[in-house]
Amino acid sequence: MGLLSLAIWVPIFFGVALLALGRHLSAQQVRWLALLGSLVGLAVTLPLYTGFEIGAAGFQFVEKVLWIERFNIYYHLGVDGISLWLILLTAFTTVIAVVASWESITERVHQYMAAFLILSGAMIGVFSAQDALLFFLFFEATLIPMYLIIGIWGGPNRIYAAYKFFLYTLLGSLLMLLALIYLFNASGGSFNLQDWYQLPLTSTEQTLLFLAFLAAFAVKVPMWPVHTWLPDVHVEAPTAGSAVLAAIMLKLGAYGFLRFSLPITPDASQDLAWLMIALSLIAVIYVGLVALVQQDMKKLVAYSSVAHMGFVTLGFFLFNELALAGAIVQMIAHGFVSAAMFLCIGVLYDRMHSREIADYGGVINPMPKFAAFALLFTMANAGMPGTAGFVGEWMVILGAVQANFWIGLGAATALILGAAYSLLMFKRVYLGAVANDNVKALLDINAREYGVLAVLALAVLFMGIFPKPFTDVMMPAVTELLLHISVSKLP
Amino acid sequence: MIDHLSWIAIAPQLLLLVMVCVIAIYDLFLKSPQRHATHYLTLLTLAGAAFLTGSAALSGQTFSGFGGLVVSDPMGNWLKCFAALTMMVLLVYARPYAGARGMLRGGELYTLGLFALLGMYVMISGHNLLIIYLGLELLALSSFALVALRRDDLRATEAAMKYFVLGALASGFLLYGMSLIYGATGTLDIRTLAQTIDAGVAQPQVLMLGLVFLVAGLAFKLGAVPFHMWVPDVYHGAPTAVTLFIGSAPKLAAFAIVMRLLVEAMPTLAFDWQQMLAVLAVLSLLVGNLAAVAQTNLKRMLAFSAIAQVGFLLLAFVAGVGADGSTANMSTAYSAAMFYIVTYVLTTLAVFGVILLLSREGFESEEIDDLAGLNQRSPLYAGVMAAGMFSLAGVPPLVGFYAKLTVLQALLAAGDGVYLWLAVFAVLMSLVGAFYYLRVVKVMYFDVPTQTAAISAPFELRAVLSVNGLMLLVLGLFPGALLALCAQAIASLLV
Repeated sequence: MGLLSLAIWVPIFFGVALLALGRHLSAQQVRWLALLGSLVGLAVTLPLYTGFEIGAAGFQFVEKVLWIERFNIYYHLGVDGISLWLILLTAFTTVIAVVASWESITERVHQYMAAFLILSGAMIGVFSAQDALLFFLFFEATLIPMYLIIGIWGGPNRIYAAYKFFLYTLLGSLLMLLALIYLFNASGGSFNLQDWYQLPLTSTEQTLLFLAFLAAFAVKVPMWPVHTWLPDVHVEAPTAGSAVLAAIMLKLGAYGFLRFSLPITPDASQDLAWLMIALSLIAVIYVGLVALVQQDMKKLVAYSSVAHMGFVTLGFFLFNELALAGAIVQMIAHGFVSAAMFLCIGVLYDRMHSREIADYGGVINPMPKFAAFALLFTMANAGMPGTAGFVGEWMVILGAVQANFWIGLGAATALILGAAYSLLMFKRVYLGAVANDNVKALLDINAREYGVLAVLALAVLFMGIFPKPFTDVMMPAVTELLLHISVSKLP
Repeated sequence: MIDHLSWIAIAPQLLLLVMVCVIAIYDLFLKSPQRHATHYLTLLTLAGAAFLTGSAALSGQTFSGFGGLVVSDPMGNWLKCFAALTMMVLLVYARPYAGARGMLRGGELYTLGLFALLGMYVMISGHNLLIIYLGLELLALSSFALVALRRDDLRATEAAMKYFVLGALASGFLLYGMSLIYGATGTLDIRTLAQTIDAGVAQPQVLMLGLVFLVAGLAFKLGAVPFHMWVPDVYHGAPTAVTLFIGSAPKLAAFAIVMRLLVEAMPTLAFDWQQMLAVLAVLSLLVGNLAAVAQTNLKRMLAFSAIAQVGFLLLAFVAGVGADGSTANMSTAYSAAMFYIVTYVLTTLAVFGVILLLSREGFESEEIDDLAGLNQRSPLYAGVMAAGMFSLAGVPPLVGFYAKLTVLQALLAAGDGVYLWLAVFAVLMSLVGAFYYLRVVKVMYFDVPTQTAAISAPFELRAVLSVNGLMLLVLGLFPGALLALCAQAIASLLV
């Protein structure tokens, strides 16, 4: 069994084991077993980085076995510089999610932990699949655990949110399935992505395929105007669910653009780039403005996620190396920062059972240690230099200015908006006089919470100060991707 | 002179016929209210039939008997094998339910079930219009009686009445269509029929009229819109064990006669019947899915879901012959249809198995809300039910996804234009479908239990149900073997 298979199946194995044994174990035993599973899952992904040959083009750690003969489907895995970091991020976030749910989840703990572990395996599967149908299977398989996580352990309006999440994403992916089948037939019976990259397609075909892929990925990213499910879902999901959703599940959509839309339909991507850039800028500016007026902390961070993902899609469709690499860096950075932001809200919610900004004020007084972390993550969310949030956004803005000054200007306003809504929230929640007795009675974070936030803080700072390991790994893959885009596939 | 191949061709039917007589007589002498002997003797008979047909299917041979009246081919044998296995699972699920409702006072459940299966066998292996019709009638009459098995139950007898009247109408359609086709071509034999129609000597108007009636009759039997009116009432009214019967094994036989009557007998008219089936498919998908959303009764919801699923199945038949008359896509399309129906039956078994498990004396467990909080009462059976629902919705990694994938692939391979739009329509309707399937999952996982009674069932039921649920997942992860089986079965039919 290869390393990638281990990375996928170890968490799933632990998840299934938890489902099977969970009823005979105490909640505490279940938590430790889940932590063990997520740590082993993280441990098996580390050799992917240490053994990764930096600078080499193409895919590494490739596994390829014929799986379903009738449709020529291969169990075909591989990583390149783009997916490597996303896989590591997934395994890392799963550990965080398990630890962050340690005390807040008390009901049906084994099913909760199992859902996260299985979800983790499925998401790593998405990032390592080289066969389009295998990609789709993992992509869809993530829906079921997330649906259950939101629906069982979510807030008061959780059922509405769970439905919205499932049906929105299913609609997109069903259209994408048709596109996959079309390409399967057009390529003479192959689901191999590499074959599809070479497949000549007419302009009409490319446009339709591009739109079908867009339906799937735009919903998942989410792009304006199909972003409306995200705030609802984030508000209702449990803390760790929000963190995983923002940190990784949104990236599934962005990753899909990189693997499907751009290299398979390069001409349509070029033709429709204006549309994508326009939608991205609307996400960055308009949704940023929407974030400014939110009264609910989770909603605010959810809208800021949409705005930040707007940078990602913007970077994809500028077609220069700087912007593309910046977009991918932004994906990873957003993974750390958004997870941290949601965990901070979770820390407060666990104590006060409220997400309303108005219920807080002066939290810094009873919780000084926590407020320090929160300030760091708020700054990262605003894109302050020296934090992870800065690197990607800066690269994308530079790339945008290279492409067109006005696009760059539009993107740059987001930094102002980002600073505005992030700092405004920080001011209203943490600073000022203690708002009420509930706030006064708050206890500062315990060792477990301290540990989780400290690890995330280190990651955010490291990536902000020294992003070279990230960019070095991904550069060959970015160059190759741009090569695919620049070659017309019109017959 | 009857050659020995003829006897081999009907050996499974003979086995059933002999055994159903033996069981019927033996049962008269039984005093036990549990009817252990009848039960296990029936299971043994079914196992024998499954073994005979399964080994015949594995040999891969095709031969006809009695001068072409019956045929033994891999497709038919596999379907017969699956039908026998389905009946076995069904009887295991049905036994506690039937016992608690006085349906085991006599052995009719078993004898009628075996007669129905015999009817299916005759339909599946019939290669002559009249033989197929005879099998169909045997199946239909046994089914009517099965629905009315709880004769003191008002709803069941009403359902039986409806089923009988509409079923008789459908049989009339079918028979009328057959007689018109006989009038136009002068033959009842399916192989000769294909040749005669191909030669173009048949009266086209009479033939077309016959075809219309034939398709209408088949649509009745399949439960496709606008011939679906009986489905919700019969599903709802029949005792759940019988609902499971109606929703499972006969679908395999119905698939077989669609293959025999349309694909084998009238390939040259494919362009005409495909258009009719396309209309039926679109209407079934639309009405089935939309009406299912509004149901609160689980059995009624599953009835409308069955209608919608039939619509999806018919799409595969639409994809067989291209608009330009090309036959290259036939084996892809029909093997997709076969895979679809086999996996659908497997899923239906699991879903109704859970309903039967949850019902007990005086409690039917047929409202969707009766499943509330099932996950807290029994995670295993909630898991089986959820697997069934996700499979029907076509969500990977469950087997229903591949069923939808194969049909959509066949549809897109048939060409652009109208086929593409049919595919888009089908996936949009699947989204509607996902809504009501998810509702069942929602009720089981998100709601608070309203029932607190312990779930008690015999070991054999629980074991079979667990395996059945697991199969949905295992076949979803490794569908290759079943896909290959269907492809081979159809390929040997089309040569």
